[in-house]
Amino acid sequence: MNFPFLPERASTFSDQIDALGLVLTSLTIFFTAIVFALLLFFGIRYRRGSKVNRAKPQHHNLAMELTWSIIPLILGLAVFVAAMIPYTQIYNPPANAEEIFVIGKRWMWHIEHTNGIRENNEMHVPMGRPFKLTMISQDVIHGFYVPAFRIKRDAIPGRYNTVWFEATRPGKYHLFCTEYCGTNHSEMGGWVYVMTPGDYADWLKRGGTQGANDARVETAAEQGRELFTTLACSNCHGTQDTVRAPSLVGIYNRPRKLLSGQIVNADDEYLRGAIRKPEDHLLEGYGQVTTMPAYRDDQLTEEQVHNLIVYIKSLGGAAGSPVANGKGPRTAPISNSREGSLGRPAHVTSPGLGGSAAPTNGTTPPTGSTAPGTNGTTPANATPGQPSTAVELKSGAQTTSSPSAPTRNTGSTL
Amino acid sequence: MSVEVAEEHGHHHDPALQHQFQDMDQQNESYVVGMWTFLVTEIMFFGALFLAYTVYRRENPAVFLEVHHHLDVFKGAVNTMVLLTSSLTMAMAVYHAQMKNRQKQMIYIGITILFAFTFLIIKGFEWEKKFHDHHVPGPHFEYVRGEGEAPIVKAPPTPVVSMRMSNGQNVNFPKDTIEPDFSNKAQLFFSLYFCMTGLHAFHVIIGIGVMGTLFFMLMFKHPNVDYYMPVELAGLYWHFVDIVWIFLFPLFYLIPGS
Amino acid sequence: MSATALPPAGLPASAGETKSTYLNWSYSVKDWLLTIDHKRIAVLYLISISIMFLLGGFAAMAIRVELTSPHGQLMTSEVYNKMFTMHGVLMVFFFLVPSIPATLGNFVIPLMIGAKDLAFPRLNLLSWYLYTIGGLMALAAMIMGGVDTGWTFYTPYSSVYSNTNVSLTLVGIFIAGFSSIATGINFIVTVHKMRAPGMTWFRLPLFIWAMYSTSVVIILGTPVVAITLALVVVERLLHLGIFNPALGGDPILFQHMFWFYSHPAVYIMILPSMGIISEIIACFSRKRVFGYSFIAFSSLAIGVFGFLVWGHHMFVTGQSMYTSMVFSALSFIVAVPSAIKVFNWTATMYKGQVWFTAPMIYALGFIGLFTVGGLTGLYLASLAMDVHLNMTYFVVAHFHFVMVGGATLGYLGGLHFWWPKITGRMYPEGWAKLAAAISFVGFNLTFLPQFIVGYLGMPRRYHYYPAEYQIWHVLSSAGASVLAIGYGIPVIYFLWSLKYGPKAGDNPWGAVGLEWMTSSPPPMENFHEIPVVTWEAYDYDSMTESEAQADRESMPGAGAAVRQEAARDAEEGHPETGHPAGD
Repeated sequence: MNFPFLPERASTFSDQIDALGLVLTSLTIFFTAIVFALLLFFGIRYRRGSKVNRAKPQHHNLAMELTWSIIPLILGLAVFVAAMIPYTQIYNPPANAEEIFVIGKRWMWHIEHTNGIRENNEMHVPMGRPFKLTMISQDVIHGFYVPAFRIKRDAIPGRYNTVWFEATRPGKYHLFCTEYCGTNHSEMGGWVYVMTPGDYADWLKRGGTQGANDARVETAAEQGRELFTTLACSNCHGTQDTVRAPSLVGIYNRPRKLLSGQIVNADDEYLRGAIRKPEDHLLEGYGQVTTMPAYRDDQLTEEQVHNLIVYIKSLGGAAGSPVANGKGPRTAPISNSREGSLGRPAHVTSPGLGGSAAPTNGTTPPTGSTAPGTNGTTPANATPGQPSTAVELKSGAQTTSSPSAPTRNTGSTL
Repeated sequence: MSVEVAEEHGHHHDPALQHQFQDMDQQNESYVVGMWTFLVTEIMFFGALFLAYTVYRRENPAVFLEVHHHLDVFKGAVNTMVLLTSSLTMAMAVYHAQMKNRQKQMIYIGITILFAFTFLIIKGFEWEKKFHDHHVPGPHFEYVRGEGEAPIVKAPPTPVVSMRMSNGQNVNFPKDTIEPDFSNKAQLFFSLYFCMTGLHAFHVIIGIGVMGTLFFMLMFKHPNVDYYMPVELAGLYWHFVDIVWIFLFPLFYLIPGS
Repeated sequence: MSATALPPAGLPASAGETKSTYLNWSYSVKDWLLTIDHKRIAVLYLISISIMFLLGGFAAMAIRVELTSPHGQLMTSEVYNKMFTMHGVLMVFFFLVPSIPATLGNFVIPLMIGAKDLAFPRLNLLSWYLYTIGGLMALAAMIMGGVDTGWTFYTPYSSVYSNTNVSLTLVGIFIAGFSSIATGINFIVTVHKMRAPGMTWFRLPLFIWAMYSTSVVIILGTPVVAITLALVVVERLLHLGIFNPALGGDPILFQHMFWFYSHPAVYIMILPSMGIISEIIACFSRKRVFGYSFIAFSSLAIGVFGFLVWGHHMFVTGQSMYTSMVFSALSFIVAVPSAIKVFNWTATMYKGQVWFTAPMIYALGFIGLFTVGGLTGLYLASLAMDVHLNMTYFVVAHFHFVMVGGATLGYLGGLHFWWPKITGRMYPEGWAKLAAAISFVGFNLTFLPQFIVGYLGMPRRYHYYPAEYQIWHVLSSAGASVLAIGYGIPVIYFLWSLKYGPKAGDNPWGAVGLEWMTSSPPPMENFHEIPVVTWEAYDYDSMTESEAQADRESMPGAGAAVRQEAARDAEEGHPETGHPAGD
């Protein structure tokens, strides 16, 4: 049922928030009414010249003052608790939430589903399933707001923010930007389309709103894999850990031990940071090698970074809630007994790294897709600037011999 | 100054007594309380910058540790001694103001001013070197991690020279393979450095102006400095400027770590 | 109660002489622009602040006219964005923060505590010049093309992307901030050191407690926003990266630093107003304010707790959930002292003698509207509700209720209350009551619909909006027109009263307070003789029966006239009054 004073209720949060609103409105009306009534009553009854009993006026009354201090305090704290609980839910996505990636930029919202479908200023979702939005901005702070869902969170440049929802009613709902971002701030919005599961399936088959004319849309993971190859990430990041770089197989949402000894979780934020600022994310055992080059805004867009992350996630890892500090660093030594399906095992002089070998993965081999391999000596694409140069530098340097230079891990890709 | 209505009470009062005050005690206390209140605002003013520093240092400890080596600890230490000594001479000036000794006030204020200039000159040399090294934030900023500057690392337990840079030697990284974000963080360090030492230097300059004014007022025997309070208030201000430096110096120059 | 507790009436100059007041002892421009008299400086501020209020109000009218249509009609989005920025900047920094402290505070504080001036009169004059210079710079920025960042100047938009006159505006605000700090320092020292003999802390009028608390908040908070805005300027001009994430900075750090001041700033705006309400309610209920101590301490509590809640502006930025919880809980706690005040003021009227003058109507309006404004703040303090309501028109409605329905109403009430003291003239009471009623109606019509349209999802700072919100905007704009009339009328009659208003006596309201014991307007030095205070604040109980009788029947000021006569008789030792000589 929709009241004219309420937006539509289209998510699992809407009812809770509106109920909270009702409580707050009742309290507001109640106390306002009391105050207005008393002011009116006292003002009239005790107006100047009125003949009523004014004997023994009081100037203070500790009991009363404490009462009307403590009761509002208690009521307030009760409301605080009542409001806190849904808040923790709104910003705590369930483990099975599907991901949607959102980029805010002046002045549009760019939305990318993991199946590769991209939308501008529109988001099509099916009802009845939870979705987690991972959001970032490419320029200034924007705010992602769907009134009907009662959710909102800022999209900030430089880091991810998430929010989740589960839509409950089909329909078309406003999407607004709520953080002032310049001239066309009020036009930076669009629609969220909630569809029945059947309609959504049809929509997917059509390849999204873009229609059937487009070639098959690549999923985010596929796009990420392509990037991984063209940027020659695979030259260093093979199926197994090498002295040059750790493997990325099965690392998603697993603990990683940094050079400083700190243990962090390899979640989205971490991976993004590792791509953008690798020198801040050096792992233990990798302090002495050439640090991975950083990929700045002008080399990789946020969308590309996110696609890489989705690809890495597809290589396996821990689903669901990450373990924070529970597990120690993985310490299985790299050995020839590893049977990577594609890569040649690497030969490592590991003890020199202080006893704990470079972390390896202990999980399943990567999910099967074979990508064209690249020769580690050849920069595979024309990506300008650092990547090629760095690869060349590494490759070039590797040709000079050194007594204990590690064996190059060439051509191993995933 | 606007015309005053004649005071009702006819008793003799100190010529320094301002019209709004009843007596000198009230006036002196008011000035001192006022000055301390002003210094509280200055603490909040610098405090916000210290907060920004704290946040960024906590987020980038290794960067701060490495980059701060480019500051000249010796010059910073000399400046610290200079300021501390100048606080001493200022305190002497205040003492002599209370003792109503004009000559000695002038001497000590003069020495304090000289120390203040010394501070600024040494700071000028430091900044000049920063310009030279392209460490001034802005479009010309350039941070090159020099020879011997290994990537951020704790000393490994066993020597691993063989694991050094790919050809086994110390390589001077060419600029375009330096991680630009390290450069950004280094720039952040220098931004904070210049903002905070710059704001401090600005306060030193104001201090010189105040002390210079007092010096000349003493020299020309201006009646307002027959009263000790102006010098005392200037002294409070100068001690504050000194204390801010006492915090700045270790935070920027003495970051602990290998 | 013995007769010695009776406050003696201020003695006017002997009949036949033209009174020398602070207004008329010199008419030269130099003696106005170089004055160090707190009363003249208050008048100078009154003029500057009124101009800023009018300009901010024009911007508001432009906004409300534009918002009657979902598609915009008069201006492009660029201009609209500059309009709401101008409205916010002028109203927040150049009206709400300085208004009561610099006009009424400057004028009344020394009088209320029995001092000849503030502690630092020259600093006071400097603060007016700083305000004026800062204001002129901000206005210059607006004339030269405007600024479009919103009054909150969030980075990196303000420090990197906006190509409007951000730096000039920020420097203007920076300078005005020092004006505010100077006022704060002056008030703190004055209240500590310049009270008349016998005026202990707990004999102070509650307005002084409010101003003292405000001043502490000013000196602790303003420097932080000053340096924050200065850093934005530095970042803009020198391309540093302190708040710019592309260069390693953190835009959320800006928000923390900005709101660390800007939340206490709203208490700077409301506390003085609350102080005025205490004065008005006491005078026009003829009764000591109920729960004096609680109100005094609640002013301090609001000041302290006000510094602990800034994060409630940042619940949706992605800050830690636990951080948000702490700020939310504290925000509920900070509401309690304000609730105490509202209940205590209401209780003051109980068994009082309520007199419905224009100041009293403004004060009653304040209590009602501030209650609504404060309670709607609780919606925003509630975490999950704020997720939905943050940055919508609900927030706009909330803060206008407290800032306009609260602070501005208190300011107008105070202006009316002390107008006779400041100018020596009475304003026309009938017109004043009418204007108060009109502005009350207009105000509610303007801002109540905004709660609704905000809950419906309408975001703030939107030039274009979905058509289904239009009805609420039209209602709101209609209300704004009425409100404008309600504000316009006092401008006219205040100016009129300067020349044609009836002359006011020393104490037209029959109020208890040191400021009412000197002439209207006061002489340069405030008191011919510094009084010695031996009575409690709001000592209405000691009115004799004849005074009370005259009061009830009266004519404004009749009670005071009786009291003055009694005091004069006492001086001469007249046996009829029963007061011993020398009182």
